[in-house]
Amino acid sequence: MEKFISHTGTAVPLRRSNVDTDQIIPAVYLKRVTKSGFEDGLFAAWRNDPEFVLNKSEFAHGTILVAGADFGTGSSREHAVWALQNYGFKAVISSRFADIFRGNSQKGGLLTVVLPQEGVEKIWDAIEADPTTEVTVDLEAKNVRVGSSVYPFEIDDYTRWRLMEGLDDIGLTLKNIDDVTAFEKKRPSFKPLTLPAKI
Amino acid sequence: MGKTLAEKIWADHVVREVAGEPDLIYIDLHLLHEVTSPQAFDGLRLANRQVRRTDLTIATEDHNTPTLNIDQPIADPVSRLQIETLRKNAAEFGVRIHSLGDANQGIVHVVGPQLGITQPGMTIVCGDSHTSTHGAFGALAFGIGTSEVEHVLATQTLPLVRPKTMAINIEGSLPQGVTAKDIILAIIAKIGTGGGQGYVLEYRGSAIRELSMEGRMTICNMSIEAGARAGLIAPDETTFEYVKNKPHAPTGADWDAAVEYWKTLKSDDDAKFDVEISLNAAELSPFITWGTNPGQGAPLSGNVPNPADFTDPEEVGAAERALTYMGLEAGQPFKSIKVDTVFLGSCTNGRIEDLRAAADVLQGKKIAPNVRMLVVPGSAKVRLQAESEGLDRVFLDFGAEWRQAGCSMCLGMNPDQLTVGERSASTSNRNFEGRQGKGGRTHLVSPLVAAATAIRGTLSSPADL
Ligand code: SF4
Repeated sequence: MEKFISHTGTAVPLRRSNVDTDQIIPAVYLKRVTKSGFEDGLFAAWRNDPEFVLNKSEFAHGTILVAGADFGTGSSREHAVWALQNYGFKAVISSRFADIFRGNSQKGGLLTVVLPQEGVEKIWDAIEADPTTEVTVDLEAKNVRVGSSVYPFEIDDYTRWRLMEGLDDIGLTLKNIDDVTAFEKKRPSFKPLTLPAKI
Repeated sequence: MGKTLAEKIWADHVVREVAGEPDLIYIDLHLLHEVTSPQAFDGLRLANRQVRRTDLTIATEDHNTPTLNIDQPIADPVSRLQIETLRKNAAEFGVRIHSLGDANQGIVHVVGPQLGITQPGMTIVCGDSHTSTHGAFGALAFGIGTSEVEHVLATQTLPLVRPKTMAINIEGSLPQGVTAKDIILAIIAKIGTGGGQGYVLEYRGSAIRELSMEGRMTICNMSIEAGARAGLIAPDETTFEYVKNKPHAPTGADWDAAVEYWKTLKSDDDAKFDVEISLNAAELSPFITWGTNPGQGAPLSGNVPNPADFTDPEEVGAAERALTYMGLEAGQPFKSIKVDTVFLGSCTNGRIEDLRAAADVLQGKKIAPNVRMLVVPGSAKVRLQAESEGLDRVFLDFGAEWRQAGCSMCLGMNPDQLTVGERSASTSNRNFEGRQGKGGRTHLVSPLVAAATAIRGTLSSPADL
C-alpha cells in the first residue's frame, strides 16, 4: 500500500448525506475478478445524470471527495473502497463515516478525514466558488488546508502510523516475517503438504 | 486450570504475541475456490508478491461449475471468467488446482477431507464461511474475507483476536431415523442464528462420539449458521481411522508421531468454557426449517408456528415476514406442505454416507408426481464411489436426476435454481430468501427426510412411508 503523508489536489463536493455502499458501487459491478477496474461502477446510477457532480468537467479530475454525513453505510463490500481508489480518489472528507467502510478504507490506504459539518460546508463553498482551489490533506500535520483556511482533524496514532508508513496488514506482517520463518522451522514433519500432489 | 481444545490449537499456532495487538496465527492449510480468490491474487500481483507456501495451498472449482454437460464450455460468461481466472492464477502462482473433470474436483469442504489434507490440530482457512466443516477433525477452521485470503497467500498467517469458547454437550443416543443434520438444526433453533457469535463451538458428549466422521462434518459445517465462525469436535479413534490411508495422511513414523499428538487434542477435564449448553439426544426427532433463516426450525411432526406466539417482537416480525415469503399458514401441519423440488447435495450433506442413506430409503420406490429431485454429489470422487456401489442406478430408477459434482442448487450460482414460488426440501445449509434462486422457498432437511419427501411429495420422514 502507498504511503500517505500529505496529498495536494483538487476536491469534489458531494452534497449528499447517507451515501451507502450500494450507491458507491451497485451489486452488478461486483462480478469482476480484479481489485482494479471498479471505477466504471463508482456511483454508477448517479453518473447517468449529466448534472451529477462527477460529470462536470471542472470536477472530473478531483482527488479528494468531500461528502455529507454518514458516508459509506450499508453493505460491507470492500469493493466500495476499491472503486473510489480506482477512480483516483486519495481521501474522503466527511463529518461521519460508517464503521465498516472506515475499517475497509484503512485496510486499503484510502484516508478518511473526519471534520465537523461546518468545516465540510465551508470547504464545499470554497471549491464550488473556485473548482481549481488547491486542497491539501496533511496526515503528518493532521490538518486540511484550503486556501488560507486550516481545518485540524483527529486520527488515532496506530492508524496514522500505519498509513504514513504505507503498511497494510500484509505489510505489517511482512515486517515480522522472520518470526514466521522461525515458526515454520519448528513445525512437525507430520503436518500435511499439498505438494507434491498425492491422489 | 486446564485448556479447552480450541485454546490448545490456538496456542500451538501463535507466531507472535504482543499486548494490545491481535495474535499472529500460523495457517496450516489454505483452501481456495473461484469466487473469493480473484481479487486476492490480483492484490499479490499489484504488490509484486508471491504465494508464500504453495505447498500449504490448494484450489478447486465448485460454486460456479455446471452439473450437466461438463465437457462443454461453461455457458454463463461470468461463471466461465471466474473459473478461467482461478486456473490462470493457479498456473501463474504455482498453486495446485483440481479443475472440472478431475477426479478430485468438488466442493472445497468435501475435497480437503477426502484427500486427507484435513487433519486434527490444524488451522485451516478458506474464503468461504462453511470452512467450519473441517472442525469435525479437531482442526480450527474458519471462513475469511478476500483481504484475508490475500494476507494468507502472502504470509501464511493471519492477525486474529482470540475467540471465546462454548461447549455444546449432547448426551444420549439418537433415536432411529434421527441424524446429525437434525442435531445441528435443533441446536441452531435453540441458540439462534446469532447465538454462537464470537465463539468457537465445541460439540461434545456421547451422541457426538457415536457419530461417523461424515455426520460430524455435517454438524460442524452449520456452526456458521449459529453465528460461530468455527465448530470443533475432539479427534478420537473414529477420526484416526478416517484419516488413515487417505492420500495425504502421514505414514510410518510420521503417522505414529501424529497420532500421539492428536491424542492430546481434547479439552482438559478442568477446562473452563465461557458458555456451556446441553441437549438430550434421545429427545430429538427429524427436524426441518419453516422460515427464511436456519434458526427458524422445528420438529417435522409439528405445525407451522403462529408468529403471535413468539415473545420477542423482533422474532414476531421475522416470523410474519418468513411465513409470507414461504407461502405458509400458521397452524398448518408441516407434513401437509407440498414440495416441488428435492435437492440432495452440498457441503453439508453431499458425501457418500448421505447418498447411501437416501438411496436406502428410495430403493425400489418411485418419485412422487410433479416432483423433481436433483442428486448432486459433493465431489467427483463421491460420484465415482456412488456409481461403483450402484447408487446412481437407484436414483435414476427412482426418477431422480444424477448430476456432476459441485455446489449446485445450494446457492444457485450455476443454472440449478428454483423459480419464483417454487418450494424445495434441501439438504443444504441456508434457507435465506432467494438463496436457491430468486423467489425460491427452501426447507432445510436431512437426507432421510429429503428422500421420504421425494417419495410422498410432502415433507415426510421415512417413518411416514
Ligand atoms: S455447497 Fe453451498 S454452502 Fe457449501 S461451499 Fe458450496 S455454496 Fe457454500
